[in-house]
Amino acid sequence: MVRFFGFLVGLGFVGVAAWSLLWGVIAYVSEPPAETVEHRFHLHPEHVDFSFEGPLGRYDRQQLQRGFQVYKEVCAACHGLNQVAFRNLADLGYSEAEVRAIADQWQIQVPSINPETGEPAGRNPIPADRFPDPYPNETAARAANNNAFPPDLSLMAKAREGGAHYIHSLLIGYRNPPAELPEANRPGQGLYYNPYFANLNIAMPPPLTADGQVTYADGTPATINQMSTDVSAFLNWAAEPKLESRHQGGLVILIFLIFATILAYLSYRNIWAAAKRNVRATGPLDPANIARRQAAEREAGIEG
Amino acid sequence: MSFPWAEEYRPKHPFMRWLDERLPLPRLVYGAVGGGYPVPRNLNYFWNFGVLAGVALALQIVTGIVLAMHYEANAETAFNSVEHIMRNVNQGWFLRYAHANGASFFFIVTYIHIFRGLYYGSYKAPREMVWMLGLVIFLLMMATAFMGYVLPWGQMSFWGAKVITGLFGAIPLVGEPVQQWLLGGFAPDQPTLTRFFSLHYLLPFVIFGVVVLHIWALHIPGSGNPTGVDVKSPQDTVPFHPYYTAKDGFGLGVFLILFAILLFFLPNYLGHPDNYIPANPLSTPAHIVPEWYFWPFYAILRAFTVDFILPAKLWGVLAMFASILLLFFLPWLDKSPVRSGSYRPTFRIFFWILIADVLVLGYCGGMPAEEPWVMLSQVATMYYFAHFLLILPILSMVERTLPLPNSISESVLHGEEQEAAPVGVKPATAAE
Repeated sequence: MVRFFGFLVGLGFVGVAAWSLLWGVIAYVSEPPAETVEHRFHLHPEHVDFSFEGPLGRYDRQQLQRGFQVYKEVCAACHGLNQVAFRNLADLGYSEAEVRAIADQWQIQVPSINPETGEPAGRNPIPADRFPDPYPNETAARAANNNAFPPDLSLMAKAREGGAHYIHSLLIGYRNPPAELPEANRPGQGLYYNPYFANLNIAMPPPLTADGQVTYADGTPATINQMSTDVSAFLNWAAEPKLESRHQGGLVILIFLIFATILAYLSYRNIWAAAKRNVRATGPLDPANIARRQAAEREAGIEG
Repeated sequence: MSFPWAEEYRPKHPFMRWLDERLPLPRLVYGAVGGGYPVPRNLNYFWNFGVLAGVALALQIVTGIVLAMHYEANAETAFNSVEHIMRNVNQGWFLRYAHANGASFFFIVTYIHIFRGLYYGSYKAPREMVWMLGLVIFLLMMATAFMGYVLPWGQMSFWGAKVITGLFGAIPLVGEPVQQWLLGGFAPDQPTLTRFFSLHYLLPFVIFGVVVLHIWALHIPGSGNPTGVDVKSPQDTVPFHPYYTAKDGFGLGVFLILFAILLFFLPNYLGHPDNYIPANPLSTPAHIVPEWYFWPFYAILRAFTVDFILPAKLWGVLAMFASILLLFFLPWLDKSPVRSGSYRPTFRIFFWILIADVLVLGYCGGMPAEEPWVMLSQVATMYYFAHFLLILPILSMVERTLPLPNSISESVLHGEEQEAAPVGVKPATAAE
């Protein structure tokens, strides 16, 4: 009875799926799906050799400091970093006094109240504060940016396919739209062509426009490529600040586990030694079993 | 216990004797996973995965309880509280990555466990109840994982919750009220988040309870084995402890090594980048996809694209639920008296096609709903249903199976003359 009803249900689902497939094939043949413009012009992020990649990767402190400088002088005007606190900058190699100074001199104030009157006011950040948002709210951000909303950058390196590579490619990827780009996909008012961006036209004006836009404290020549690589590395740190302890901890734990597993394997062999003398290998993959099975198959007259 | 020659618990230490007389908990453990549980001596490594799934459940419960101490089930703060765990809680990043990747590993070992059961006919009499309880665990796991994915309140959390609860909206008449009842509103919001958190905390303990039933039901007939031949004599078995505890210890080591590689070096490999964007009801992601372990079912859901008497969406929902529910009837669909696929040459071919089919479904489920993935998932969906509902019932009637070994000992001794000595059983007990 179960099999009879199962058969009916099976025929039902197979039949309806086949019916869907038939219409799908008809549509596919009569109207082959055209390649979308995004698909045709979109580029995948270029690969950059970042120091933090690979199982033993670590951040380059100098690079993070340079990247922070780019963020501070270029990006921070529009983009927040609200998951990161000033105290976290100590990870970049800044001293406590330097962190305090960076917080105190930050260009945006933290919302506060006037201690005398209780009226809304602002105060300079302290190291315990997170980076204050550049705009009081989304409406203000859109009003200041041609109705586009500059996203917070705290997690940008994890929130996009390609991560830091994507950020780097996007920052240096601005160019004139190709001649064969259809009219409908050309950048409109306040948009810029960038093949690394999902829909090809991004509202963010090219942020890095000239070599030397930032003067690096460590004297590294600030080419556009250098600035873009550095800020991408910095944003990766902002998104994944615990990467180094993760890599180091992982290595120790992996060595321990491999050692423990070898011991577990040896004790397994040891405990089974007596039994194995009688048991030997088992299962369908055992060579002796395969030979036995083939012999039996020949006996039963099944070929192949 | 399952076999008459099962070793009886004889406490050596006076305290254990005292305890055993008042609360026979040591006796229970000894009989369940100790020296008192005789297990076929020929189990291969595929029999490690039940224990591994149990370990994965324990890991999820432990990491989850600690995460819940720091997580805030509030639509305004949930996303930030997860980032707080990642950045400010001591070893919080480890807890969260272990929990998120632990869910993936739980599903990996469970899928291998299920396919082991499919190949070796573990669902057949007398183990139907073990199989069905296992499916209940699987369904509870899916519900738990789905609700857990909503908790970080990222873009995929929000839109995944919207799409999956929207499936219930396809049910005629009661669909929409049911959907609103599940969500606590018209769209995922604060009521959804708090109830999902509550249930996400509850269900793992329900799973634990059903796992106890699953193991209890298993101990009535005892474990199956790769030949599918019943245990006939003490020569066929070894005590679970130390033989299989040792083997499981090794299996657990390999499992933890692979888990550690993913957790420490590729923690976001199986996740979706969009879930690092806070939930935004006004911005729909380009492609809404569930977590990878739901992809095969997601592909079945999307394979039905044309109305036929019923709306296409309803067909998809019915097919998706049917694809799991039909497994409950498997013991009665496949009536072949031979359990193990090793002795069913034709079944074996279809089994490997099914494996490939489910992998294709999984791949299509992860791709956007565009051609050729939709056509491919339609073909794969047809085979999935045909395999269980059409092929297996017919096959089990017409198939020519290979001769079975007379006993487990014979199958592993390759025709050696001498009798195998009973392993780990005292001669006196064996002689009784």
